[in-house]
Amino acid sequence: MNKTVNQKAWFLVLPVLILVAFSAVIPLMTVVNYSVQDTFGRNEFFWAGLEWFSDMLDSDRMWDALGRQLIFSGVILAIEIPLGIFVALNMPKSGFWASFCLVLMSLPLLIPWNVVGTIWQIFGRVDIGLLGYTLDKLGITYNYTQDITAAWITVVVMDVWHWTSLVALLAYAGLQSIPDAYYQAAKIDQASRWAVFRYIELPKMAGVLMIAILLRFMDSFMIYTEPFVVTGGGPGNATTFLSIDLVKMAIGQFDLGPAAAFSLMYFLVILLISWVFYTVMVNLDKRDGV
Amino acid sequence: MTDSTAQAPGAAALPGDLTESTPARRRFRPKGSVVVMTLYLIFLLLPIYWLINMSLKTNAEILGSFSLYPRDLTLANYAKILTDPSWYMGYVNSLIYVVMNTVISLAVALPAAYAFSRYSFMGDKHLFFWLLTNRMAPPAVFALPFFQLYSSVGLFDTHIAVALAHCLFNVPLAVWILEGFMRGVPKEIDETAYLDGYSFPRFFIRIFTPLIASGIGVAAFFCFMFSWVELLLSRTLTSVDAKPIAATMTRTVSASGLDWGVLAAAGVLTIVPGALVIYFVRNYIAKGFALGRV
Amino acid sequence: MAKITLDNLAHSYLPNPAHENHYALKELNHDWIDGEAYALLGASGCGKSTLLNIISGLLQPSQGRILFNDRDVTHAPTAERNIAQVFQFPVVYDTMTVRDNLAFPLRNRGADAGYVAERVQQIAQMIGMEDELNRKARGLTADAKQKISLGRGMVREDVNALLFDEPLTVIDPHMKWELRTQLKSLHHEFGHTMIYVTHDQTEALTFADKVVVMYDGRVVQIGTPQELFERPAHTFVGYFIGSPGMNLFDAEITGSTAQVAGTTVDLGAGYAPKGGKTQLGVRPEFIRLNGSGDGLPAKVTRVEDVGRHKIIRLDVAGQPVSAIAEEGATVPSENTAIRFDPAGINVYADDWRVRAEEEAA
Repeated sequence: MNKTVNQKAWFLVLPVLILVAFSAVIPLMTVVNYSVQDTFGRNEFFWAGLEWFSDMLDSDRMWDALGRQLIFSGVILAIEIPLGIFVALNMPKSGFWASFCLVLMSLPLLIPWNVVGTIWQIFGRVDIGLLGYTLDKLGITYNYTQDITAAWITVVVMDVWHWTSLVALLAYAGLQSIPDAYYQAAKIDQASRWAVFRYIELPKMAGVLMIAILLRFMDSFMIYTEPFVVTGGGPGNATTFLSIDLVKMAIGQFDLGPAAAFSLMYFLVILLISWVFYTVMVNLDKRDGV
Repeated sequence: MTDSTAQAPGAAALPGDLTESTPARRRFRPKGSVVVMTLYLIFLLLPIYWLINMSLKTNAEILGSFSLYPRDLTLANYAKILTDPSWYMGYVNSLIYVVMNTVISLAVALPAAYAFSRYSFMGDKHLFFWLLTNRMAPPAVFALPFFQLYSSVGLFDTHIAVALAHCLFNVPLAVWILEGFMRGVPKEIDETAYLDGYSFPRFFIRIFTPLIASGIGVAAFFCFMFSWVELLLSRTLTSVDAKPIAATMTRTVSASGLDWGVLAAAGVLTIVPGALVIYFVRNYIAKGFALGRV
Repeated sequence: MAKITLDNLAHSYLPNPAHENHYALKELNHDWIDGEAYALLGASGCGKSTLLNIISGLLQPSQGRILFNDRDVTHAPTAERNIAQVFQFPVVYDTMTVRDNLAFPLRNRGADAGYVAERVQQIAQMIGMEDELNRKARGLTADAKQKISLGRGMVREDVNALLFDEPLTVIDPHMKWELRTQLKSLHHEFGHTMIYVTHDQTEALTFADKVVVMYDGRVVQIGTPQELFERPAHTFVGYFIGSPGMNLFDAEITGSTAQVAGTTVDLGAGYAPKGGKTQLGVRPEFIRLNGSGDGLPAKVTRVEDVGRHKIIRLDVAGQPVSAIAEEGATVPSENTAIRFDPAGINVYADDWRVRAEEEAA
């Protein structure tokens, strides 16, 4: 749609601006403030320059957390995106069963995140959880509070359980928008199932998949509650992701300076990546708009 | 005609065909997808079933024996939650700030989304992206500054504090979703209304709002949902008076010596509101998650 | 190439059709002769596309059989039927180049690379897209995309039939004519059985050897363009084909004369319609203006000059009637009378044509 130029439209945006400024900009300024100051006690601050930033850049703790975070986000994307597409391809196209699947699949998305954690905490316990109990009876050693591998598997499976439906719903919406004529033409052209996927379904899903990847990347990058409830970041620091580490540092240890420097760099990484995604998305929009 | 027997492999298994041609296919093809969907739904529902199962057992049964269904069915866990104010007030608190947040988010997002969908103005694209970045801001980054900000203005442990804090990610989300829906309404409708002598506010409320009713419903649903599922900020910003149910649960886990039955029952009750509203927006969920861009 | 037989075919989109009206396609028996070019003509929603999709196997008929060269293919999948079909709106594979789009059906059948390259070049020339072969299909205009769709339909030489579902809707007029000519020459060259769905009579009449006219889920007439013009089997055919369409007059028929609005009209042959609503159908070409007063009284309301001839709009007993006159003919200013050329009179009972008695015998 070609839009009219109207500078007065700013007035319509003003409420959002004020509200978001209050809930985002002011707190962010506080963070910036802390990141360049040091304190030895109550309300006595002095200038520390970029010391915290260089401290954090030198700290193994942050790099380790970042490394774990990247591995985690990478793993869940590698599982959830293909699995979500696969599920979407197998969903009923219309009618009662389509609605039925949609509603049931949305269920995990609507559960408070700590309850998601609680569900899996219980589910994986060897004494009272179905999963843990079953694995134990099968003779598989499984203890997510002590074994690093088990902890990782639990956290990853939990995230797959929690969010794959989101990818599937988006992919499904993309598939629904493909006119029947494309499938008919493919049949006439005797295209293989793979060719249909590769040349019809995948290109048509590109836009929504981009959004799915963006959302899943961002949300997994700031995951906090679910692994915190299940593993508390352990065993050791094995599942301490960036947010968990940050909260530990800021609220647990009250190391405001390093935490603030950490926050800013954390936020910056997210901004950078979302900018890349956003640019790609806008370009996709433009290209399809032709 | 000579080679009519040649058949591309797999060509008979296209999805999206409503035709279901051969009887052979009727027997064979849907079976694969039904199996896939069944397995997936089982994977999704099993942990939830287990939670419900536990919520209907006594603690003695949970810890004493392992069973796939409650042998000694009890509603005591639910009774406890629904009669103890320190439990059920958690739900009330959560609902209060969630509803407040939804109303605030929609009220400010509607005009902004209209502006973005209809006009171009200085800095609009940057502003739009900046809003998106707030959706992507890690709550962990904001937890401590929020705590200090709201403490200093005397809003700590109030519902409005949590409602405002959740605006951080819900307002951008609402703007995005609504903008997507508004783009689908032809601009001619606005122009006709102005020609008919409608003032902007009257046009917006009388004509435009009904047209994007489904979009508003979806945006409301998503604000509701994201405010409902969030824990980190709501826990940080409350202590007693506005404590959300999610925080109540985490406290009880550590304090009362792991009352699994009650914990499970509380968990089940947090799923109920979402499950109730989802039915109404089931056909728009994907569009909402795609920020209105499907 | 194949003869296609429709045996007792009918289709309904409802699961349990009870009434005739529930059928999108009513019972039909027909042979599509090998190597002929057919046009399937009818208004939107009359079941043309349904019939086409049943032939190509995209749709399963609710009853009846379909045979290719007497082999039952009713339940055979599309791929096995080896048919090419072009749809109304362009379907191109966006991420492929134009060349790959054209080559796609051949490659799927495992054709030899050299042959594919050569054939793609031929087709590209035919649709006038040689220069754009290496472009991505995404971003091309709608008519360029539709040309690719057409090209993909024609690229295979060994198909049993070529089906076109209003393929020229999105193409601009001068290109339309050119592509239609290409299709015709293609037909002459390879002798494929072609079925061309359209709602445009000019397209149908110029393209096809035989025109199949459909109305309300039923085939009402199959014939050469000339037969459709001279002897429309159903009032719809008369109305739909010809410009302007056939005039209809309510009439009472007795033997070889009819009473129309109180005037006796000579039919030139004897008819014995069995009850129902009887009408005379006369094309504008067979209506003669008779200034001297003999015949049906008529009033001239308007004269349209369309170049080669004039269309005269008349009012006959409150009913609009059209007539066609030579370019140079003088048109009476207002009141006149019309007479029918007996050669151009058709008699209808309940919309279906009644044969003259000697014709029936």
